[in-house]
Amino acid sequence: MIPDNILPAAIVFSSLIPGLFIFLLDEKRHVLRTVLNMAGALAKLGLVGILILGVYEGRLIESRWTLAPGLDLVLSADALSVLFVTLSTVLWLVTTVYAIGYLEHSPHRSRFFGFFSLCVTATVGLALAGNLLTFVIFYEALTLATYPLVAHRGTPDSAQGARVYLAYTLGGGVLLLTGAVWLRSLAGPVDFSQGGMLSDLAGVYDGQLIVIFFLLLGGLGVKAALIPLHGWLPQAMVAPAPVSALLHAVAVVKAGAFGIIRVVYDIYGVVLAESLGLLSVLAVVTSVTIIYGSLRALSQDGLKKRLAYSTVSQVSYIALGASIFGPIATIGGVVHLVHQGIMKITLFFCAGNYAETLGVHKVSEMNGVGRRMPWTTLAFTVGALGMIGVPPMAGFVSKWYLGLGAAEAGSDWVLLVLVASSLLNAAYFFPILFRAWFKDPPARWPEEHISAGRLETAGALLWPPVVTAMLALAAGIFAAAPVSPLEWAELIARREYGL
Amino acid sequence: MIDWLALTVALPLLGSVLAAAIPARSPGIGMATGLLTTTAALSVGVLIAHAGELRSDLGGWGVPLGIALQADGLSGALLVMANLVALGISAYALGYFASGLRRHFWPLWLLLWSALNALFLAADVFNIYVTLELLGIAAAALGALTGGQAAIAANLRYLLVGLLGSMTYLLGVAILYTGLGTLDLRLAAESLTPGPLAWTAGALMLGGLLLKAALFPLHFWLPPAHAQAPAPVSAALSALVVKAAFYLVLRLWIDLFAPVVGPGPGILLGALGAGGVIWGSWRAFRSERLKLLAAYSTVAQVGYLFLFFPLLAAAALPKQQELLGALLLLALTHGFAKAGLFLSAGLLQKHAGHDRIAELGPAIRSLPAVAFAMGLAGVALVGLPPSGAFIAKWILLTESFAMDRWWWALVVLVGTLMASAYVFRLLANAFGPAAHQGAVELGGDVQTEKIGRMIQAPALLMALVAAVLLGLGAEPLWTLLGSRSP
Amino acid sequence: MATQLLFGLVGIILFLLGVWSFLAHRPLLRKLIALNVMGAGVFHVLVAVAYRGLEKTPDPIPHALVLTGIVVAVSATALALTLGQRLEHEDD
Repeated sequence: MIPDNILPAAIVFSSLIPGLFIFLLDEKRHVLRTVLNMAGALAKLGLVGILILGVYEGRLIESRWTLAPGLDLVLSADALSVLFVTLSTVLWLVTTVYAIGYLEHSPHRSRFFGFFSLCVTATVGLALAGNLLTFVIFYEALTLATYPLVAHRGTPDSAQGARVYLAYTLGGGVLLLTGAVWLRSLAGPVDFSQGGMLSDLAGVYDGQLIVIFFLLLGGLGVKAALIPLHGWLPQAMVAPAPVSALLHAVAVVKAGAFGIIRVVYDIYGVVLAESLGLLSVLAVVTSVTIIYGSLRALSQDGLKKRLAYSTVSQVSYIALGASIFGPIATIGGVVHLVHQGIMKITLFFCAGNYAETLGVHKVSEMNGVGRRMPWTTLAFTVGALGMIGVPPMAGFVSKWYLGLGAAEAGSDWVLLVLVASSLLNAAYFFPILFRAWFKDPPARWPEEHISAGRLETAGALLWPPVVTAMLALAAGIFAAAPVSPLEWAELIARREYGL
Repeated sequence: MIDWLALTVALPLLGSVLAAAIPARSPGIGMATGLLTTTAALSVGVLIAHAGELRSDLGGWGVPLGIALQADGLSGALLVMANLVALGISAYALGYFASGLRRHFWPLWLLLWSALNALFLAADVFNIYVTLELLGIAAAALGALTGGQAAIAANLRYLLVGLLGSMTYLLGVAILYTGLGTLDLRLAAESLTPGPLAWTAGALMLGGLLLKAALFPLHFWLPPAHAQAPAPVSAALSALVVKAAFYLVLRLWIDLFAPVVGPGPGILLGALGAGGVIWGSWRAFRSERLKLLAAYSTVAQVGYLFLFFPLLAAAALPKQQELLGALLLLALTHGFAKAGLFLSAGLLQKHAGHDRIAELGPAIRSLPAVAFAMGLAGVALVGLPPSGAFIAKWILLTESFAMDRWWWALVVLVGTLMASAYVFRLLANAFGPAAHQGAVELGGDVQTEKIGRMIQAPALLMALVAAVLLGLGAEPLWTLLGSRSP
Repeated sequence: MATQLLFGLVGIILFLLGVWSFLAHRPLLRKLIALNVMGAGVFHVLVAVAYRGLEKTPDPIPHALVLTGIVVAVSATALALTLGQRLEHEDD
């Protein structure tokens, strides 16, 4: 029905076209805006469904467009890109509903949703990127699309946060670009191929390949919030909650982590990366990030700030999985891409709910909030337990595979890192849960915007976190089912290692 | 057979005379002429895409006595860009100028347009001189149009410096003629041999042109002249006039003086270009006024264009074609982007009554379409995807690495960071407390105006071309260039 | 032959004098005169180039160039003078 060479492009366009129309809409046209948003999201979902079928059957699905002699824009679907695209599409749908509810009565909604759509377009584009050039193009486009979202509120704090965000991401972009053109000049067109495509250059160009790896890692590490490039993330919390949810669960941080996976598996290939010693360095950097992020999270009273540092820590699990040689660790890292996304977005939705409904921004203000907003807090609990890694949550599944992979590869110290970080996670999540469920609420909430009616808060704010919490629960409980993220990650690992 | 080449030059000349004769109707005459001229230019472009080259001997006189017009892929692409940008500027100028200035604007503007077209189509070195002079006179007169002290002083300086440049060029032409006995570009290229004559002629001709192209450190005249001129004129000056001089440098370099120039001069031009990139970007960052920022940005962009020269000189033929295409793409993108930026700046200046960046926030927020246009133009100027400049930069960077001359790549990367700094410093003002048109703070007796919807269109369209269309649709350029005779 | 050389050399010297004067002197009028002297220098060179010996008529092309050049120089000078005058008036 839809030709294989149009499908990836269509997926990208499904959010671009509505987005462009939304820019032109008058502020007052909220019905039309909602219709455009939802139409785009549902269309994308449908197209992605067709895509999944195609990849499962092993068909070659690729859109190609020539930009210049020897430079092609390539959107292609392989197992890994399908994983990320599906995650982005599903979570975009949910976040759109949430954002519509969250931003009711806010100014500049057309501008917001326009850039919102551009942001998802860029994410999907880099997910489907079939070569390094395409990836870099959409990666930079993502920076441009997200900046207006961070700066959206227009307060001096937002301007400052956005400025910091831009400085980091554009700087990272230059590093990524440098590495990419350097690699291109050595290797010709850098098409992503399972198992890597640089084996011809090994031996002769080792020194340059190592430097290039670190340039690429630097550029990707900014968005993936690896130490010491993570500084923008806590500052970007000034953005409205839907933006934080999108940035931290779906788009920006995931793009960085996804890029690292692509570089390690589909450009260098695990074998070459291991032999050049790159994996060990990556393992160290990610481990430091994991611990550091958790430690900083402990000392944060602001709820979103605490979640931000938690993200810094958690996203590094994905890169950690990539840095351990062996299919099991790969599975752990790749599946955590999905699991962390679903769990983190739940947490951010809940944080947004607390702020919007009750004016609660700090952990210290969260006493007894479980009584006032039980469903939200239940969702929060599910997400938090998943982060800690309590079975049968999704987070537990990822950590299990990571630990197993580390043990198999002989990197026992990684096991220590995993255990330590789980303990730290517990240390900064359990107090919140305790306060929320077991302490008495204050006489008055800081600012009760939405009073308790039949539902504890607005419908559009309540359903998204509940849905994603259920997804997180399902991903863990039904991990062995044929259509779970875990199964898909196993498929990816099998194809990567040629098993 | 319609002589499209001659029409692109003759139509605006005719229009200029008409507009001067009937001042009351000058906007209508101007716009109509503009549309016809652009059609002619597009026809030239289409014909070149099919036939590869066009040549027309005016009056039937052949060489060496006659004057000829010719176009190939390179000049054809630039011709089309120049005419489209000029058309956009004309549409903008319809709404921009009040009744007093417009009777002076249109005749001069059409004159400039004619000179520009003639320059791109010139087939002999003396005709180049004539068109350069015509261009310079028209541009200086237009720049000083508003009649203020600063504008007149800056453009007088522009005129004088331009004359210095063209006189130097003319001496070079005289010396060239002494040795070769011909002025025609093609014939001269065939008989040129390396030697003191070629060296002297080359140095003089290129030197004079470099002054007009504002290559660092010969750029000093540009920022005040472009910043003081009225917005549509600034757009033309930065996007087109400077580009024309650059085109001439490129043309002489690759066609006429190819046997003489080697890696040495190439590196010199590249080094000066690097200076332009760094210095221009730095001054742009420090500018307090929007139009000055845009003018210094032009200095930086010209620098980028010259970074290609050392690589062009050192590359083998197939790589040369690739680099040439990238250079052309960069020039085209910059033309559209700069015009978009200046036109937007003009609208902001009209709306707020001033162009001090720090205080432009309310004006930017009340004109969202203009802000978007500026954003797109900024993206193209920094060279971020999906703009044409990104593709061009990618090729430049890859080739510098491939040819082991990575220091040029370093300049480009540093320049990118600096450009991001000054562009986003400007764009950050687009986000702030909500404002609507009319809510702009008026300070004292400053002149402010409401901005209609139609006048915002040209800026937006040109910025779109630069930031998106040229990025995605640039591939035909290399096919177009492939028709060049090496 | 000697005449040709003389014209050519004088032309170049005039040109260089003009450049020096343009760069060294500030007043507008002096710069304009310097430019015109430069122009005169170039025209001298062109006239010298046109000489093809006593037997043949001179080459018409450089003569055409000189004529065109004179016209251009006059127009440009006129514009510069006008702008200069405007500046003077603004000062008052």
